Amino acid sequence: MAQVTLRKIIKKYDEVLAVRGIDLDIVDKEFIVLVGPSGCGKSTTLRMIAGLEEISGGDIAIGGHVVNDVPPKDRDIAMVFQNYALYPHMNVYENMSFGLKLKKTPKDEIDRRVKQAAQILDITELLDRKPKQLSGGQRQRVAMGRAIVRDPKVFLFDEPLSNLDAKLRVQMRTEIKKVHQKVRTTTVYVTHDQVEAMTLADRVVVMNAGLIEQVGTPNDLYHSPITKFVAGFIGSPAMNFIPCQLEQAAGALNIRLSDKLSFPVPADRTARYTSQVGKANLVLGLRPEHIAETRPHTEPNQHDFDMMIDVVEPMGMETLVYFTLAGAEICGRVNPNAGAVAMQSMKLRADLSNMHLIDDGTGKVL
Amino acid sequence: MADIAAPSSIAGTGDSRSSLHKLMQRKSTVAFLMALPLILLITILVAYPAGYAVYLATLNKGMTRFVGFGNFTFLFGRDTFWLVVYQSCLFAITAVIFKALIGFVVAHFVHNIPSKGQRKWRGMLLVPWVIPPAMSTLAWLWLFDPSYSAINYLLQPLGIDRIPWTGEAGWARFSVILVNVWIGSPFFMIMYLAALKSVPEQLYEAAAIDGATWWQRIWYVTLPMMRNIIAITALFSLIVTFANFDIVRVLTAGGPLNSTHIFGTWAFRVGIEGGDIPLGASVSLFMVPILAVAAAFILRDITKRGSEV
Amino acid sequence: MTNVAITDAPSTRPAYGSMSSDRRWALRWSYFFLVLFAIFFLMPPIYMLITSLKTSQEISAAGNPWWIYNPTIENYLELLTQNHYLTFFRNSAVVAVCVVIITMLISVIAAFALARMKFWGSATLATGVFLTYLIPETLLFIPLFKMFAWVNETFDIQLMNHWWTLIILYPTLTVPFATWIMIGYFASIPKELDEAALIDGATWMQTLTKIFIPVALPGIIAATIFTFTVAWAQFLYPLAFTTSTTELVLPVGIITTLIKGDVFNWGQIMTGALLGAAPPLIIYAFLMDYYIAGLTAGATKG
Repeated sequence: MAQVTLRKIIKKYDEVLAVRGIDLDIVDKEFIVLVGPSGCGKSTTLRMIAGLEEISGGDIAIGGHVVNDVPPKDRDIAMVFQNYALYPHMNVYENMSFGLKLKKTPKDEIDRRVKQAAQILDITELLDRKPKQLSGGQRQRVAMGRAIVRDPKVFLFDEPLSNLDAKLRVQMRTEIKKVHQKVRTTTVYVTHDQVEAMTLADRVVVMNAGLIEQVGTPNDLYHSPITKFVAGFIGSPAMNFIPCQLEQAAGALNIRLSDKLSFPVPADRTARYTSQVGKANLVLGLRPEHIAETRPHTEPNQHDFDMMIDVVEPMGMETLVYFTLAGAEICGRVNPNAGAVAMQSMKLRADLSNMHLIDDGTGKVL
Repeated sequence: MADIAAPSSIAGTGDSRSSLHKLMQRKSTVAFLMALPLILLITILVAYPAGYAVYLATLNKGMTRFVGFGNFTFLFGRDTFWLVVYQSCLFAITAVIFKALIGFVVAHFVHNIPSKGQRKWRGMLLVPWVIPPAMSTLAWLWLFDPSYSAINYLLQPLGIDRIPWTGEAGWARFSVILVNVWIGSPFFMIMYLAALKSVPEQLYEAAAIDGATWWQRIWYVTLPMMRNIIAITALFSLIVTFANFDIVRVLTAGGPLNSTHIFGTWAFRVGIEGGDIPLGASVSLFMVPILAVAAAFILRDITKRGSEV
Repeated sequence: MTNVAITDAPSTRPAYGSMSSDRRWALRWSYFFLVLFAIFFLMPPIYMLITSLKTSQEISAAGNPWWIYNPTIENYLELLTQNHYLTFFRNSAVVAVCVVIITMLISVIAAFALARMKFWGSATLATGVFLTYLIPETLLFIPLFKMFAWVNETFDIQLMNHWWTLIILYPTLTVPFATWIMIGYFASIPKELDEAALIDGATWMQTLTKIFIPVALPGIIAATIFTFTVAWAQFLYPLAFTTSTTELVLPVGIITTLIKGDVFNWGQIMTGALLGAAPPLIIYAFLMDYYIAGLTAGATKG
């Protein structure tokens, strides 16, 4: 059993708080991804789990044992670094076996484990090469091999793919997922790339400014963000935020975006939003895919409106259109054949059944 | 999700804090022990003698009596002392300027030629720096020999009559500077060559497209890019040349008539050979101000560069 | 490498005709001046060699000093069989080797502690190391001389006039520089490498011996070469601290024993100086790249 538990973890550098008290429970065999912008404290958190940084407050437990003062080597963890940190003077075999050798593991046992890990990662023929002779992707595999060989309770990944080019990154992402499915070791993975987070994680932890914003499955985070930060961070292109007001007129609830444009609130949300009527600082959150070209057939909660398009970006399977509404730049995703032309008016359709109403003052999704 | 109650297994965190402290203590203790030989060496054999020199300088010749600034006032009253001050500064400044110039020029020539030949030339040109100075100065002494000078032999056909390289004050000073430059300029050459190689080729290409002539390229691209290395190399060399001993000692031993003595050689003459240790210590202490200034500039430069990275 | 491509370019692309002739002239001038400078830089060692192969009669003859009329190895034979030259050579070699070992032990371990482990005052100490590197031996030899006299009076240990005394003295010059170079080299090793070692279960000592020393080997070689060169060439300390013929090292030995009064035995002096310059020159010839790396690292690494 290798669950990891963080309790009120704090990290202070001099007087600056990098991590401001986080609680997190990572279940055995789970793949957890810490994601957030740079400086949000995700790497610091990972390094505290590894024991490379002292914790300034709180407790960390691995497999039920508090490890606050346990040195890294006795925490039974393995870590994969951003720059791989392969020992340049050792060949792949020696790199992978270094930790076991220091633990005085019997030679044949070392050999068995290295060979097995090499097979999982498909690097058997690279075993006697030096890191210098390897490509980026191969180094990445070796770094993972070094972790697997030790058969630790927890794998820690610190932005392992950010030194690879885009194509290789996608390939290695799949590779990492496959390896996790094979070895089922509890994994904590840090990245700033939300696509990586979404594709890899069982659960994603979104961090911002030293605090956890939200923990949840990728779908949870995408469809029901609880803060504006998460709503804006997850998803690409990012969710549109349109300043709006809530009006009550003739018993119906309306979202007013501009003098000319207002939409009725979906019926299932009216009860939830009634208390917000007339409040300032409200923002409508709508993902680009919920702003599309108009179609003949209308579903409930879909509303057509005319817009002057500023920029058109064809992506192949879809076309992104940008326009300005209530002072905000809004992105919509339309069919490539919908005939979007820059600097021309276009009839678009907003689908409010997946809308979010956000209080910009508190940053909470209502 | 994030507020599941703490499992009961998380307990006993109170006593763990103190052992964490112990761990940290242990790491820094180990580090301190590893640095201890260095600390002892620096304290006993460098820092203490440096301080001791100041104390020695305040004693009388027999080292029995405290005389305060007596040695210093005595030195101020002696013409030889002022000669030494003048010569130390003259040698250091002139030699460093010529080392820097020659080093810069040679580095450029080496940089100009195809890079597969560069290694060979660089290797040849660095030879003066590799030979122990005392030995190479002996060769110069022989080249300068009053009766058999091989250089005078070469100059004779040019109509230049026997030059008294080490026999006359002016020529002796020139010779000392010449040998200094000969030994030191390869060092400048190597430093500048390394710096030249670090200037991105695109900058020169951009300058060429902007219509810069070759010397405008040197003035507006090369020199500003190398400013730091030029400064730091010159400061290093200033220290080494100013505190030099070997060259003067072997070439002229301070003569003729003290006209080539510098602080190092005069301190040796007065302190060790003359048996007046306090006076010798006082003489060598006069090197401190200029060394301190140079050191301060180097340190500033290094810390500045460190913070830029 | 880029300038190879550029100088080669004209031959493959004749369109740049005027530029290629410019380049050719620049190249010719470069070679011309390089030859001049090479003559200037190599003249003394070559003259050493010429003189060492002459008899004393030929040296004092009026002929062309740059030509050897009757080459002989008499000087070499005499120097290596008689005199104390071999004693000087042995003293120099033992001192240099011991100083190298002591210096590298002290400085590699200390540099690792200073670069990686950080303890109270470690940053100040690193600066201090650099400052001591700037203190010349001309400032220290008088107080050290007096200190050694005091040790003799107090503990009855005679440190003066023994070649092994130099093993105590030379590290004052070599350790600060070697430590400084090694701090620079260690600092250039990515932090993740020792973190990986830490997670792999290495102790600090194992991290040093199994990771840092192998990875920083070029730096260690450079520092070793430098230390050897300094120890071999040092002149002031042996001149001040040793006097008996059996205790001398090469630079001082040649000067004090081969120059008798104002009688200079130039043939043997040049032979001795050339042989004395040989070890650093041989090391330099084989390890030039390390030598140069150390030279530039010492003054530029911050």
